[in-house]
Amino acid sequence: MNATPTKPARPAKAPIEAVKDRSMLKQKAMIAGHYDRLTSAHEQGRKVVSTFVPGNLNELIMCFDLINNTPETNAIQSGMRKQSGGFITEAEKHGHSEDVCTYVKSDLGMMLKGNIAPNGKPYPNPDLLLLSYTGCFTFMKWFELLREQYKCETAMLHIPYQGDGKVTQNMRDYVVKQLKEQIIPTMERVSGVKFDIDRLREHLRNSAKAENDLVWVLQSAKNRPSPIDAYFGGIYYIGPIFTAFRGTSDAIEYYDLLRGEIAERVAAGKGPVTPEGDMGEEKYRLVVEGPPNYTHFRDFWKMFYDEGAVVVASTYTKVGGTYDFGFRHDADHPLETLADYCMGCYTNRNLPQRVEMIENYMSEYQADGLLINSIKSCNSFSAGQLLMLREVERRTGKPGAFIETDLVDPRYFSPANVKNRLESYFQMIDQKRKGAKTEAAA
Amino acid sequence: MATTQQIVDRCQELYDDLNFTAAREWKEGAPGRKVVGFMPLYVPCEIIHAAGMLPIGVLGGGDQLEVIQGDAYYQSYICRIPRSTIELGLTKRLDFVDGMLFPSICDVIRNLSGMWKLMFPDTYVRYFDVPQTYRDDVAGVFYIQEMKELREGLEELGGRKITDEQIRASIAVYNENRRLVRAVYALRAKVPWKVPSSEVYLVMRAGMLIPVEEHNKILADYIAAAEAQDRPMRDNCRVVISGAFCEQPPLNLIKSIELSGCYVVDDDFMLVNRWLTRDVPTEGDPLEALSHAFLHYSQSTSPKYEENVDEKGMHLVRSVEQNGAEGVIFAAPSFCDPALLDRPMLENMLDAHNIPYIGFKYAENSGQMQPIREQAGTFSDSIKLWSEQ
Repeated sequence: MNATPTKPARPAKAPIEAVKDRSMLKQKAMIAGHYDRLTSAHEQGRKVVSTFVPGNLNELIMCFDLINNTPETNAIQSGMRKQSGGFITEAEKHGHSEDVCTYVKSDLGMMLKGNIAPNGKPYPNPDLLLLSYTGCFTFMKWFELLREQYKCETAMLHIPYQGDGKVTQNMRDYVVKQLKEQIIPTMERVSGVKFDIDRLREHLRNSAKAENDLVWVLQSAKNRPSPIDAYFGGIYYIGPIFTAFRGTSDAIEYYDLLRGEIAERVAAGKGPVTPEGDMGEEKYRLVVEGPPNYTHFRDFWKMFYDEGAVVVASTYTKVGGTYDFGFRHDADHPLETLADYCMGCYTNRNLPQRVEMIENYMSEYQADGLLINSIKSCNSFSAGQLLMLREVERRTGKPGAFIETDLVDPRYFSPANVKNRLESYFQMIDQKRKGAKTEAAA
Repeated sequence: MATTQQIVDRCQELYDDLNFTAAREWKEGAPGRKVVGFMPLYVPCEIIHAAGMLPIGVLGGGDQLEVIQGDAYYQSYICRIPRSTIELGLTKRLDFVDGMLFPSICDVIRNLSGMWKLMFPDTYVRYFDVPQTYRDDVAGVFYIQEMKELREGLEELGGRKITDEQIRASIAVYNENRRLVRAVYALRAKVPWKVPSSEVYLVMRAGMLIPVEEHNKILADYIAAAEAQDRPMRDNCRVVISGAFCEQPPLNLIKSIELSGCYVVDDDFMLVNRWLTRDVPTEGDPLEALSHAFLHYSQSTSPKYEENVDEKGMHLVRSVEQNGAEGVIFAAPSFCDPALLDRPMLENMLDAHNIPYIGFKYAENSGQMQPIREQAGTFSDSIKLWSEQ
């Protein structure tokens, strides 16, 4: 009997090992530690507060020894771990509309499927829902939905929107009054810990130190080549300060470490670190508006760095706090500074402010163009983006492009379409450059 | 006495007129008059009225407006009302409007306020924030100041002061309007065969486009005419419609629900005219009175935070009980975050009270009514045939 010739086995493609800097290892350990603290909170006699990233009052939360849990971060984790699609479907099976935010559905679907954290242990039920209603209407409904499930106490902090592009004294007073008379007493009652304003001041001082370093890191992208990618890389950089670490010594250490590493890259004339190591030649410098897609995060990023495109500034990295125009948490005005922080978060700013911010980024970071990643789930970001694109193009004369994906719903990420749009966009920038050179030569 | 047909014809004419001729004529009626548009859900029209201005509800373009330019401003997954509103603006149908107010209702309308600032820089534009907490000494203080800023903005626009006395007088006129609106709704709940919802809708919609005094007369005339008219009672079931507070359903949708065998005995169309559920006091500080009414006597609806978990959805249960309804129809615009995110919680409350419901989505320009008619008809039949009540 003749033996069937077997096809020689194709050499297995070696998985690409992500290059880890010291800051990355530090952040990984911080996050792992946080999930362990969170999932063992009740065993350890600690209380848990769920809150949102924009308007996250971590300094205040720590004053009551509460552990912070942010549902959007959990949805992001589910997206990155390819679980969100199943969670969303589960929520839709239970009556949630296909039209609404997929962060919400991923979170609710995760609850229906056991509410398991990335460390394999179940999330504890929150003892308090701190609804910091900052820059996103959906937050309010999301916490009403969670409250229905958890039946726990809910504290609503209403953050007025900057409709006229400014924070008025009335807006600030309203937030401070809510903090004093409603939020802090509720937190005292739930935690059993008395509020100590000096403890808050200490956390705020820590926040400001870390914020200084974060801003330095983000603004390092003004260098050519940029030593960072301020969108894909930027999402890692904002991780600690936007979630459970703002105001901690861990955050100070992390940002100090990160700043040192980026300073070395600037000195060495290096570009950003990508999951596949150092990026090659910088060909395109972009400003990006809108959140990323998390279900195909690395594939999405690769579409940029493979083409030599680096994001030099992004608006998403300002969604949990806008620090690059000078705001720092101010220990001398502890409650007022929390109010100003909340009201300054990116999506709490009106559209003219957002356009102006992008226009500034385009010139300060010497960008070649603006790319908008429009997210199906997020009306807070997305409604009005097509006008923003036109307006920025008109003001800067730089080309813009528009792609559509979703945060954590894999059904709305079409790799071929996105790649095609990006490649066309890069060609458009090339053409524009050629045109400019020809004009200059003439 | 005018007949219902005559009154409804006049209201239909106003509804069909996408050039807002009545408001334009009012403006031309005297020099210096100003018109202020507002979007859903609620603004204190009393302050606009006290400024001597005409408040008009800008509730989208309906099913007769072809949206061409407006679509270029929005992705496919955003509801229709902002795109048709932009279409109204770009086609100069709103060129007589001196001010636009964008109340706090959702992120889309909120962002539209900034778009309007960029696109129509000569118009007075204000995002009108309302509190989502309800203590007089906290939220009330904030809200009164927001109203003061609106008052100052309108004073600048109109070139004259707005006195407390003028606001109190306007509150009185709007109290009358609210009383008449409540009376129409109460009459419909009592004898729905005499007061078809398609008529009630047009009569209420007229109030978004003409001076309130004129609308008060229409309401009073309509009540008298409807009571006097003999109409046959049908074997319909009685339903409450919920979810249509912002982008309005096409009139044909309301007619289709009725034709399928449902009497609508309560709804949340255009809540602005019954947002405040009681008369507002006409003595004392008028802004304090408006604030107190907002915080303590305003409607429950999806864009508003419900502080008490046990109260979530109870407004629907109460509406069913008080209006003798047998079920709820959830009719919400596609991509409407407030209504669609809220719906599962409202459904849970209805389940807990054994109240049947169905749900569907629409757009203001939905044209195909057969599926709606079949769905509502089946719902109506199931209630009539199988209900234990």
